[in-house]
Amino acid sequence: MALRKIIPVLLVALVAALPLLAPFTQVMLTLALAKGLAVLGIIVLLHAGQVSFGHALFFAVAAYTAAFVGKSFAGGELVAMMVAGTLVAAVTGLFVGLFVVRYRHIFFGMLNLAFSMIFFSFLEKFYHITGGSDGLQVLRPSVLGIEMERTGFEMLLFYGSLVICLAAGWATWAFLRSPIGNMMQTIKTNEIRLEYLGVSARATLLAGYVVSAALCGLGGVLMAVAQGIVTPEYAWWIRSGEFVFIAILGGANSVAGAFVGSLVYEIVRTYAAAFAADVWQMVLGVFLLAIILFASDGLVGMYNALMDRLGGKGGMRTDDAREAAE
Amino acid sequence: MTGRVLMSAQGLQIRFGGVVAADNVNIDIHEGNNLAIIGPNGAGKTTFLNICTGYLKPHAGRVVFDGKDVTRKSPRQITRLGVARAFQIPQLFTEHTALENLLIAAAARDRSWKPFTALGAIPEREEMMHLLDMVKCTSVADRPVSELPEGQRKLVDIALALALKPKLLFMDEPTSGVASSEKFEVLDIVAKALAEAQVTAVFVEHDIGIVERFADEVAVWNRGEILFRGEPGEILSHPDVIRDVIGEEV
Amino acid sequence: MNTQLFALAIFDGVAYAALVFLVAVGLTLIFGVLQILNVAHGSFYAIGAYATASLGGMVFAAGFSPYLAFPLMLIVAVLVGIALGGLIEQFLLKRIYVKEGALQLLVTFAVFMILEDVQRLVWGVQPYFESSALQALGNIKVLGITYTVYQLIVLPCIALAVLICLRLFLRRTLSGKLILAVTEDREAATSIGIDADRVYLLTFIVGAALAAFGGALASATTSVVPGMGADMIVLSFAVVATAGLGQIEGAALTALLIGLGRSFAVYLMPELQVLVPYLIMLLVLLVRPQGLFGIAQARKI
Repeated sequence: MALRKIIPVLLVALVAALPLLAPFTQVMLTLALAKGLAVLGIIVLLHAGQVSFGHALFFAVAAYTAAFVGKSFAGGELVAMMVAGTLVAAVTGLFVGLFVVRYRHIFFGMLNLAFSMIFFSFLEKFYHITGGSDGLQVLRPSVLGIEMERTGFEMLLFYGSLVICLAAGWATWAFLRSPIGNMMQTIKTNEIRLEYLGVSARATLLAGYVVSAALCGLGGVLMAVAQGIVTPEYAWWIRSGEFVFIAILGGANSVAGAFVGSLVYEIVRTYAAAFAADVWQMVLGVFLLAIILFASDGLVGMYNALMDRLGGKGGMRTDDAREAAE
Repeated sequence: MTGRVLMSAQGLQIRFGGVVAADNVNIDIHEGNNLAIIGPNGAGKTTFLNICTGYLKPHAGRVVFDGKDVTRKSPRQITRLGVARAFQIPQLFTEHTALENLLIAAAARDRSWKPFTALGAIPEREEMMHLLDMVKCTSVADRPVSELPEGQRKLVDIALALALKPKLLFMDEPTSGVASSEKFEVLDIVAKALAEAQVTAVFVEHDIGIVERFADEVAVWNRGEILFRGEPGEILSHPDVIRDVIGEEV
Repeated sequence: MNTQLFALAIFDGVAYAALVFLVAVGLTLIFGVLQILNVAHGSFYAIGAYATASLGGMVFAAGFSPYLAFPLMLIVAVLVGIALGGLIEQFLLKRIYVKEGALQLLVTFAVFMILEDVQRLVWGVQPYFESSALQALGNIKVLGITYTVYQLIVLPCIALAVLICLRLFLRRTLSGKLILAVTEDREAATSIGIDADRVYLLTFIVGAALAAFGGALASATTSVVPGMGADMIVLSFAVVATAGLGQIEGAALTALLIGLGRSFAVYLMPELQVLVPYLIMLLVLLVRPQGLFGIAQARKI
């Protein structure tokens, strides 16, 4: 029984210790955490039964905001970048959301895609502002006014990201099981009844949409700072598809799945993609099909099933495991 | 005709293609006066409920609730004014348990979003457990509603409407799907809950026994029109009603 | 903008709209019946183009008449429809009709990803260009502009013919009527004994073949490059959504609207070219969420 709770704690400890044992993994893990935040945003919307094929938009908006902050204020300040990036992503989410929450399912998915494509073209075409397809450089910012060495900065960025992910994961988990989180879930099952309870389904979805945009934004800033460059590729539909893919891989119904999924994905991508560079999308596609058809709760679902089998009666609920994972 | 006028429908008119579903419908709903709507299938009974709760907009006429014109208002706005609705086909949140369904309704009523409090820990929990008890569903409180038999789903659906503490409650065939041996018991439960909460009910019903027992007033619908209206004893023994409506039911 | 430029923009727009319509109409047909937005539709278009360009190249290199391009296009379309569309429907989509909408969308998205790499494996990343069909028909001079007969006359005529044939097929033939019945009310149709499984399969094959036919026709006018499927699925979705999901005649008019909008942008504001279809879609949906020709439907409660 206790095993189910101990393993997630051990996993977090392992991730925290990995850069000390194998320093070359540090950047990769930071990138995985950054993506995990964006995937968390996707999971918030999946909770309401909606898939966005354009959330890279918010990832890119925040990343470019960070780049501009860096350009305008002599290298910039990490905390300011994070605050500004997340805020701009949330405000963009509010405006785009006002439009897209009127739609469901394929319309929702594809309209999100349309918005991200528009932004992608903007990034590519308006060279004098965005640097075109070369993108913008993001210099290493100071942290609370302190200039840092590269190694120190990267380590700080990794552990900072880890703490942010744990905090964001916990907050999202709490949000999803709160009254408003549950109302969001009813958009999937019975929106008409929700309206007949006096609650606006659109406003509820909008709240979730802004939260998801902000999470994507936070991830985008971390990614931009970790990579040191932002390009239009941040907003491309392949990136949006990747977020959705990771969400399904990790387990669409679980907060922990966002990070488990993105860590596994990033590790496999870094070490296995080299062997399958030509067919990487095919590999992803086949995996996506396999998960949807045979293991629809993703990696977290498999973990829970395994624990149920080990634990006999399976007395614990997924929620508890999730709680432990945070 | 006791009580003041709670809701008033005036000259309602609506057509779907060539079918007239409401043809100059005029009716006042009085506070404390439970109204039964009877009539053959396709008479426009559910359409009337849909118009009164804002789901459909009439082509002509208006609906006034509590002195306010609500004809163009959405179901959400009308609900917030104190009108609730239970459905012919239970409209539930199928991924949630019976208790969670009610907790969502309670949070909606009190507009308490509380983004960091678990749904199961909101202060309305006691009250909702009591409501589940009233509709005799305590034993299934923690089961997903998708697993419940039709009769219990129906009760949870009615409880969802009651949870809002409305002034006026529309029920679309509250006993359809409930085993005939339990129909009276179910409506007894509902009637008691209504009386306790001082809610006026308008219900569409096919079962004449139920109508006799629970309605203070009956309106007979056919082809989008109200044919007769009055006390149950008088209306239900009217020869035309027996021939056109009740005859068909038997 | 002078008259000639104006006419040129119209010609470009019409030719382009004809191609977009062929793809979009398949997409909307499939959605109407299966209630699935087939993201892999863009791949059918691209594969149709690749197959025609590469096979055509071989045939013409062997000295055969360039007019053989036309039967070749039809054969490619039918083959892609049956082999690829049929297999995908039978072995994949069939298993997911009961799943929630988000997952259905992801399944076709996965197929799209797989087919993108399949194209790369089969045809590489070099562009293919095979315009024998276009050149064989020569040019025509209209309003002082020399334009290809293929684009100005053949493509719009084929699109119109497909529209009329589809209409007749749906309204006059038994198979067509069955498709319409299932589109209108799936439950009622199955309850009176219509074999919905066969209707689904037939619809998917027809829809896939139309997309491949669009690609086959397009291959004569442009170089066939990786990524063309992705562009086309988004564009044809814009057409289908703007028209209203499931609207066949509406898709034709909307394809024209978007095709013209795009070609005028090419001459007036080139940097907006890619954006015009989206802007049209966003504007239309803002005013009419059900699309230009769609009918808003309320759920029965």
